[in-house]
Amino acid sequence: MTVLEQRGSSRNESHWPAPPPAWRPRVDPAPLLPDAEPYRLLGTDAAARVESGLLTELYGHLVRGRRYNAQATALTRQGRLAVYPSSTGQEACQVAAALVLEERDWLFPSYRDTLAAVARGLDPVQALTLLRGDWHTGYDPREHRVAPLCTPLATQLPHAVGLAHAARLKGDDVVALAMVGDGGTSEGDFHEALNFAAVWQAPVVFLVQNNGFAISVPLAKQTAAPSLAHKAVGYGMPGRLVDGNDAPALHQVLSEAVERARRGGGPTLVEAITYRVEAHTNADDATRYRTEDEVEQWRGHDPIALVERELSERGLLTDAFAQQVRDGAEELAAGLRDRMNQDPALDPMDLFAHVYAEPTAQLREQEAQLRAELAAEAEDEASRGRGAAHDTTGKERP
Amino acid sequence: MTATATEAGRKPVSMAQALNRALRDAMADDPAVHVMGEDVGELGGVFRITDGLVKEFGEERCGDTPLAEAGILGTAVGMAMYGLRPVVEMQFDAFAYPGFEQLISHVARMRNRTRGAMPLPLTIRVPYGGGIGGVEHHSDSSEAYYLATPGLQVVTPATVADAYGLLRAAIASDDPVAFLEPKRLYWSRADWSPDAPAPVAPLGRAEIRRPGSGATLITYGPSLPVCMEAAEAATAEGWDLEVVDLRSLQPFDDATVCASVRRTGRAVVVHEASGFGGPGGEIAARVTERCFHYLEAPVLRVAGFDIPYPPPMLERHHLPGVDRILDTVGRLQWEADRTEGSGD
Repeated sequence: MTVLEQRGSSRNESHWPAPPPAWRPRVDPAPLLPDAEPYRLLGTDAAARVESGLLTELYGHLVRGRRYNAQATALTRQGRLAVYPSSTGQEACQVAAALVLEERDWLFPSYRDTLAAVARGLDPVQALTLLRGDWHTGYDPREHRVAPLCTPLATQLPHAVGLAHAARLKGDDVVALAMVGDGGTSEGDFHEALNFAAVWQAPVVFLVQNNGFAISVPLAKQTAAPSLAHKAVGYGMPGRLVDGNDAPALHQVLSEAVERARRGGGPTLVEAITYRVEAHTNADDATRYRTEDEVEQWRGHDPIALVERELSERGLLTDAFAQQVRDGAEELAAGLRDRMNQDPALDPMDLFAHVYAEPTAQLREQEAQLRAELAAEAEDEASRGRGAAHDTTGKERP
Repeated sequence: MTATATEAGRKPVSMAQALNRALRDAMADDPAVHVMGEDVGELGGVFRITDGLVKEFGEERCGDTPLAEAGILGTAVGMAMYGLRPVVEMQFDAFAYPGFEQLISHVARMRNRTRGAMPLPLTIRVPYGGGIGGVEHHSDSSEAYYLATPGLQVVTPATVADAYGLLRAAIASDDPVAFLEPKRLYWSRADWSPDAPAPVAPLGRAEIRRPGSGATLITYGPSLPVCMEAAEAATAEGWDLEVVDLRSLQPFDDATVCASVRRTGRAVVVHEASGFGGPGGEIAARVTERCFHYLEAPVLRVAGFDIPYPPPMLERHHLPGVDRILDTVGRLQWEADRTEGSGD
């Protein structure tokens, strides 16, 4: 019973007109409320329910993901990536988000979610073009149904809602899963997206990776809500709180949310409590705003170690299996390293090719200007006897 | 609606009716076209531009959204990503600003950031401009903001035929269009047949609305009728003014504009938006760059003052009117020119 339903408390009630029907809460908020504690499977009795096949699959992805993060971070130090926002420590969220989706579903990642895109099947090099700087999006979003990595905060969330809504209008049982960080939940687009999704009952799952910090601002300065999952209630959708380092728990919670959306049950807001072990990016100094003690505590709750422990308790972490997983991860890293160490072939004329379907007269003039500048540059270099050494254009457009 | 139009043939139709008809025809022709926004459903929009669409096409095709412009634009982006062609209404010029992050960061650059893999056919209808006695935040001329955003097309009709033709073209375009509807022309009427609409020039083409030889008035949207009136009045001074209606600010039709200015040797840009940082500065610069040796006088601008849009009881002082246009035309150094056509 809610406060508004407490009747008979006011004096002389009969002298007062009955309140209009819109007076009471429209839905019972209780079923929408998240659990008091984040949902966990590993380390609890319920862990026994997790299928071994899923556990080994998650493990393989997590180890590969950790290695991918390490390799990408190394590539920033070598200047091959302009920046890399690492998801080290958050691999369980990344992997689970990708694995719970069917092929026809869509993933809407933020700039920190390259690993989720890779786990979904995207070529790791294509997933990194934004961060390398050769192009904003290196892939066709429709090919793997992964939206462009989104740099502004939370603005991809309404896209996910609109896409899912459109799919439902067309009669397709497609679900969109949109990822956002704790800082992103303060943005207006977060609010508008959740509100639209709930009003439209759009098949969307919002996954908030609460990693503790928005660059340096801790959660306590980000929100006064009991939890970020509690925000769901205000929109009329269920909120789920889950251990963001517990891969099977995430997989289960997100799968349920995806299935619920697919059945027409509407959106869900999932808050995964995790931790950003590395700094925000290589440009950040995390020692200014957090202690090594805190980081160490979270290292003790590492997503890979948690799964490893469950696998060894089941006797599944054989030397052969562990080696096979490590080899796979090294192979991924080596391939990424080799390919990223090649200079990308860039065509400067691409600058004008994709502004409009048909370049405007002004863009055609500017294209001609750049072409002439490049020709002059090439001639200049040729006359200095260095020929095409600096010609990285690779190709000429007709 | 316009059921009797066939019998009656061409009859006076308002710009609002032509826009309504354009939406209706676009929706009938292509099931991917979806209209959405605040109040576009049962109410038919506060200006009734979407009148009757929900009855004809259902809520799924013409739906009321929550009151949130970023949400309207942002969800429309996702809908376009899935193959629909959303047409969203921003209700009033200044109400669109919460949606500008979506507009600038996503709508305008989706094609570009995906290297052409993901075009974004999205039409953003914005009732704009003053002259209707609207209170604060209901009369802004926001075209400069749209114009400063590469990847967007910016279109504004000034005639009933263009209202229909340009809106159909905007919806059919594979690129996003900021479709700016001059509010005070919603009730302007013209003989026009909705059942056999006369073809209009495509997006990106300017039109000469009135030929003349002495000077060119370059204008668009709500200022076109004012310029036409000024051009008529100018004949009393012996000035023969040409009036160019841009129709589309992006793409910009340098060819038509510059051909006209080279012919007349003088140009005045007229618009309601504030002059400093306004579209007129860009247009004057383009004309000067391309026509300098043909010009008999500097390119002048008649624009709104550089003030936040004034309260309605004072707006007539802010909006460019016939007198201010004629005063400016008078400053075009006519005395220095007694040799008509020497510019050629």
